[in-house]
Amino acid sequence: MKLQIKYDIHLACKVILQEHLDRLGVPYEITGIGDVEIKGPLAPGQYTELQLSLNKYGIEILDNPAIAIVNKIKDVITEMVYLEEPLPTSKISAYISDKMKMSNGHISRLFSEVTFSSIQSYIILQRIERAKQLIIENKLNLTEVAWKLNYSSVAHLSNQFKKTTGLTPTIFQRIIERRKMLVLTSDNV
Amino acid sequence: MENESLYILLADDDEDDRLFFKEALEEIKVRTNVAFVNDGIQLMNYLNRPGNRLPNVVFLDLNMPIKGGMECLTEIRKNSRLKDLAIVIYSTSASDEDIEEAFVNGANIYLKKPNDFSLLKSCLSQVVNINWQYHILGLKKENFLLSINK
Repeated sequence: MKLQIKYDIHLACKVILQEHLDRLGVPYEITGIGDVEIKGPLAPGQYTELQLSLNKYGIEILDNPAIAIVNKIKDVITEMVYLEEPLPTSKISAYISDKMKMSNGHISRLFSEVTFSSIQSYIILQRIERAKQLIIENKLNLTEVAWKLNYSSVAHLSNQFKKTTGLTPTIFQRIIERRKMLVLTSDNV
Repeated sequence: MENESLYILLADDDEDDRLFFKEALEEIKVRTNVAFVNDGIQLMNYLNRPGNRLPNVVFLDLNMPIKGGMECLTEIRKNSRLKDLAIVIYSTSASDEDIEEAFVNGANIYLKKPNDFSLLKSCLSQVVNINWQYHILGLKKENFLLSINK
């Protein structure tokens, strides 16, 4: 039996957070995506306990505020790359600063201070990651992938793919196929 | 804090190459810790010893005596404890076949050893920056492939 499942990641994370915060018995408020305000002191063991129990779900408490903000920028970009209706390039910075409620300059500076690369190059990296996934799924041909990700042409996508990975989409696809075969054969030994 | 530097391990039997590597890394913006081993056996001994801190990135020279880079790569990818290490194949040869073979066996990056120092710096800076980004943002390395052949 095969089930199709749709889920809301933000809601799922929020519920997990609530369940674990409730267990602390300290008043708190979830003030936004990825922001929690604990209204009271935590016992020494409680912080570590919370950290450990959340780690299981891939949820991390970030100690460094700059890293925390950059991780939020990352989430906004990921969400944007996965939007079905792609944004025109001119609107991207406005979209990010609107979601972050911070100025563009501040966002760009923080991002490059922490990651040593620009937001623009990160967006390219993420679009190529998405292209890779679509190529691996093998349901769309390259023209359709280019169209879905709002590239002006297949050549544009192929060039950016080659620039980002050093490989052509075709060779990339062949490598992933061969990797899968290798795993299959070594599992059967 | 462990998060604030990238721990890099280079396995290379050539002393000059190790020295150039270290000097090139010193000029890169991302903070790095570098350690060296001289061959594949030393490398696997280091990685398999339980208390040792695992590197974020391993650079593997392909041509080392006794145990070469490709053999180490295969062993690393078969070991569930080491599976998530970012592996850079660092070699003087870079035929299309070598590159494809390395990726199929689980390498993340194939870097052809540059033959001048400024090129080495720019290539290493590219490799370190991208690894830093994957590290600090916790990105998945499953489909992370990069070939640098300059």
